[in-house]
Amino acid sequence: MTAPLIISGPHTHTLFTVSRTMLTVSAALAPATLFGLWMFGWPAIFLFLVTVASAWLFEVACLRVAGKPVARFAGDGSAILTGWLVAMTLPPYAPWWLGGTGSAIAIVIAKHLFGGLGQNLFNPAMVARAMLLIALPVHMTTWVAPVGLPEGPGFLDGLAITFAGSQEFDAVSSASTLSHIKSQIGAGATMSEIAPDLAGLEARLIGLVPGSLGETSTILLLLGGIALMALRIVTPVIPLSVLGTLAGLSALASTLAPDRFAPPLLHLTSGSTMLCAFFIATDYVTSPVTAMGKFVYGVAIGALVFVIRTWGSFPEGVAFAVLLMNACTPLIETYVRPRVFGRTRTGKPLPVKARAPRGGKR
Amino acid sequence: MSFPHFAALFRPSQFFGIRGGVHPETRKHLSSESPIEDMPIPTLLRVPLQQHIGAEAEPLVRRDDLVVKGQLIGRARGPVSANIHAPTSGRVIAVGHFAAPHPSGLPIPTITIRTDGQDSWGPRLGRLRPENATPEEIAAKVAEAGIVGMGGATFPSAVKLNLRAKYDLHTLVINGAECEPYLTCDDRLMRERAEEIADGVGIMARALGVAQIVVAIESNKAEAISAMQRFDRALDIPLRVQVVPTQYPMGSEKHLVKILTGRETPARALTADLGVVVHNAATAHAVHLAVRYGEPLLSRVVTVSGRAVRRPANVRVLIGTPVSEVIAHCDGYAEEPDRLLLGGPMMGQPIQNPRVPVVKGTSGILALTRAETPGLDTMPCIRCGRCAQACPVGLTPFELNARIQSEDLEGAGRIGLLDCITCGCCSFTCPSNIPLVQTIHYAKGKLAEAEGRRHQQEETKRLAAARKAREEAAAEAKRQMMAKRKAEMEARKQREAAAPPPPPPAQAMAQPGGAAQ
Ligand code: SF4
Ligand code: SF4
Repeated sequence: MTAPLIISGPHTHTLFTVSRTMLTVSAALAPATLFGLWMFGWPAIFLFLVTVASAWLFEVACLRVAGKPVARFAGDGSAILTGWLVAMTLPPYAPWWLGGTGSAIAIVIAKHLFGGLGQNLFNPAMVARAMLLIALPVHMTTWVAPVGLPEGPGFLDGLAITFAGSQEFDAVSSASTLSHIKSQIGAGATMSEIAPDLAGLEARLIGLVPGSLGETSTILLLLGGIALMALRIVTPVIPLSVLGTLAGLSALASTLAPDRFAPPLLHLTSGSTMLCAFFIATDYVTSPVTAMGKFVYGVAIGALVFVIRTWGSFPEGVAFAVLLMNACTPLIETYVRPRVFGRTRTGKPLPVKARAPRGGKR
Repeated sequence: MSFPHFAALFRPSQFFGIRGGVHPETRKHLSSESPIEDMPIPTLLRVPLQQHIGAEAEPLVRRDDLVVKGQLIGRARGPVSANIHAPTSGRVIAVGHFAAPHPSGLPIPTITIRTDGQDSWGPRLGRLRPENATPEEIAAKVAEAGIVGMGGATFPSAVKLNLRAKYDLHTLVINGAECEPYLTCDDRLMRERAEEIADGVGIMARALGVAQIVVAIESNKAEAISAMQRFDRALDIPLRVQVVPTQYPMGSEKHLVKILTGRETPARALTADLGVVVHNAATAHAVHLAVRYGEPLLSRVVTVSGRAVRRPANVRVLIGTPVSEVIAHCDGYAEEPDRLLLGGPMMGQPIQNPRVPVVKGTSGILALTRAETPGLDTMPCIRCGRCAQACPVGLTPFELNARIQSEDLEGAGRIGLLDCITCGCCSFTCPSNIPLVQTIHYAKGKLAEAEGRRHQQEETKRLAAARKAREEAAAEAKRQMMAKRKAEMEARKQREAAAPPPPPPAQAMAQPGGAAQ
C-alpha cells in the first residue's frame, strides 16, 4: 500500500507511553523492594536478580520464537516488571531455581502462550505464585526473620543459600503473621491468646516481620501506591475497593466474633494485601477497564481475600482471589458498560422531551 | 417558551468539565499575541464549489469571464448547500477540477481566478436593518451571503437559523471555546472584533427567536472573555458570557450544551431538541458583515502556526488562497515540517499538496515538526483503559478497535461505533500509540459505503420502477391515442363515404403531437 500512512488525527500525542508507564510502576515499587532487599540481605538480592534477569531472557526467547520485533518489545519494560513482581512474592531465602521457574511460568505460560503483551487473561505474576504455592508448598512458605543486611548471611553465604540450597546459615525461620494466626486458630486458640505472639502494628507497618521478599513494608507499598495514583498511572477505584471491602468485612467479622477473626488492621498490614491492592489487582491487562467494572472487580477481590484467608487452606490466598477475578473480567466487561452520551444505560437514545409543539419531525 | 434547565442555574460549569476529555498542550502562545493581519491579494485564487456540507454549488461563470468582488459565481443547489462568491476581482481562467483541501487530495470542481489586484467591488447584497427584519429575511440574507459554520463543520448557517420553524428554541450558544490546540483565530477575532461579533450574535438570536444568548469561552482566553463581557445585550436580547474549563473537546456542540445547560442531547437528535442552537463566533462575525454591510463570505481568519512556521500568525485570507502562499506570507518554514495540516492537531486533516486552497471551514494551517507529532511505532493494546477514560462519549475505543480489526463492523456498531464523534481523545491518550481514530474512520467509511450501496440499490430500483410506470403510462396513452385515431378514422371514413370534402391537413398533423404529451 503506497497511500499516505497518516490519514487521520490526532497529530499530537500525550507523553505517556507503555515503557514510561512500566518505568513509573517500577519506580513506585522500588522503595519497598529496596527495603526488602536490605532487610533480608544477600540471598534476597541474588534471588531478585535471578528472577528479573530470567524473566527478561524468557521474554526475549518468546519474542524470537513468535517472530515479534525483539528490540521494540523487549525494551518496553513489561517483562522486567513481571519478573520483579514474581520476585516480590517469593520467600527471601528461596533457591534460584524457584525464581527461575516462577519467571518461566509467568512469562512463557501466563503471558506468551496467551498471545503476548496485552493478551493474557491471568496476571502472570499471580499465576506463577499460585502454581508454585500448590506445587512446592514447603519452599514457598519457608519464612525467615528480617535481620538486615549487615547481620544476615555474608556475600558468600548468600551465594550458597541461593545457588547451592545451603541450609548451613542458621536463619531464624519463623512463620508469617497470617499463617501463624491460621494455624493457631485452627488449633483452637482465640485471637486474644494469639495476639501477644504477633508482631506489633508498628513492626508490620515498617516491615520488620517475616514475609515474602517485597511484601513486608506496608508503609512503603502504600506510599508507592499513592504515588501511582497521583501520577494517574492507576485510578484509585481498584485499590480503594479492595482495601475497603477487606477492611469492612473483617471489621464486621471481628466485631461479631472477636475471638475467631483477625481484626481489620491486621488484614491490611500483613501478607500481600498492599502489594495486591496497588500493584497486582491494578494490572491493566487483567482488570476491567471501566470505572464501574473496576469497582465490581475490586470489591470481589477484597471479599475473596477475606474468605480465602479465613476459611481457605492457603493463608496467603491473595493470588487465588486475583486469579479468580481475572477469569471474571471478560464477564464484568460484557455486563458493566459505561453509559454512552445521549443514551440510557440500555443503549436506547434518551427520550426527546422538548419536542417542538409546532410539530414537524426531522 | 421553555426555561433553561434548573440544574444549569447552579451548575458551576467553570469547575466541572465534561466526562472524559483530555488536556493536550495548547501551544496557543505561538500565535495568540499576533493581531489579525490582512494578507495581500494573491495572484491566483482557486475557489472550490464545495466548501460546505451538502450539495455542491452550481458554477455561474465560464472561462475568461471577468468577475468583480462579491459576484455570485456558484449558486447553492438544493436546500442544503451554499452560495460561492468571487473573493476579489479578476478573470476566470478555469472552471475545472483541482485538488481538494482534504487528505485524499482528489480533484473537485473548482473555479480558478487570476486576480487583477484592483479588488473592485461589484454590487453588494441588499442591506437589512435587523431590528426591523423578519427572521425569514435574516436567514435568507445569510443564505445569500453563502455563510457556513466556520468552526470547521461548514454546515450552511442559514439552515440552522431556520430551525425555529420546527423546534421550540430558547437559547443561542456562541461557541468560542476553540478547544483545539494551536488555534487562536476565534480568540483574536473576539478580542479585536467583539462589538461586531456581538452584533452578529444578536442578529442570529433574532432570526432564531430565542430569549437568551450564552457566549461560551474557554478559561484560557482571559482577554477574549473580558472583551465579550462588555456586552450584556445584543439587539436587546440578554447575552451572558460563560467561562468553560479548558479541556478538549469542549467545543463539541453537544458537550458544550451539556456543560452549559446540564442536559444531554439524546443520541441521533439535535441540540435544537433541547431548544438550543450553537453557532461559532466567527460565523457571527460573518453574519454581521452580511446583514449590516451586504458583504458575502469572501475571507476568513486563519491561524498559521506550528513550530515549523517561521512567523506564526493570525491572517485574514481570501477564500481560495493557496496554502503555500499563506505560509510564504508568514515567512515560510523554519524547518522542514513533518506534517502539514488544515485545522487543529486533534481533528485537522493532513494535506499532501501545499497548493490546495483555503476554504470557508479552514480555521488553521499548521506545519508541525517531527518533535510535535507522534511517532508511528505502535505497541499492542495493554488494556490500560486510558482511551475509555478519555472518551467524552463513554465508548470503549479499545474494544471498537479490536472488533473493527477483526472486521466485525456490526459488533462495533452495537457498542456505539456510530456515536463516536471522532474527537481523537482516545488516540491522543493511548500509551501504545494505537491509531484508534483512524480505525474508527475506516469503519465509519465502510459502513457509509455499505449504506450508500444499499441506498443506491434502492434508488436504482425506485428509478427502474418509475421508468416502468412512465413507460406503461406512455404505452397506455399511445394505445388510447391509437384507439381514438382509429375511431376518428372510422368516423371520417363514414363521413367521407357520406360527404366527400377532405379534412384540413394541419389538424391531422397536430393530432399525434398533442396526444403524445
Ligand atoms: S489507551 Fe490504548 S493501550 Fe490503553 S486500553 Fe486504550 S487502546 Fe489499549
Ligand atoms: S474519537 Fe470516538 S471513541 Fe475516540 S474518544 Fe472521541 S468519541 Fe471516543
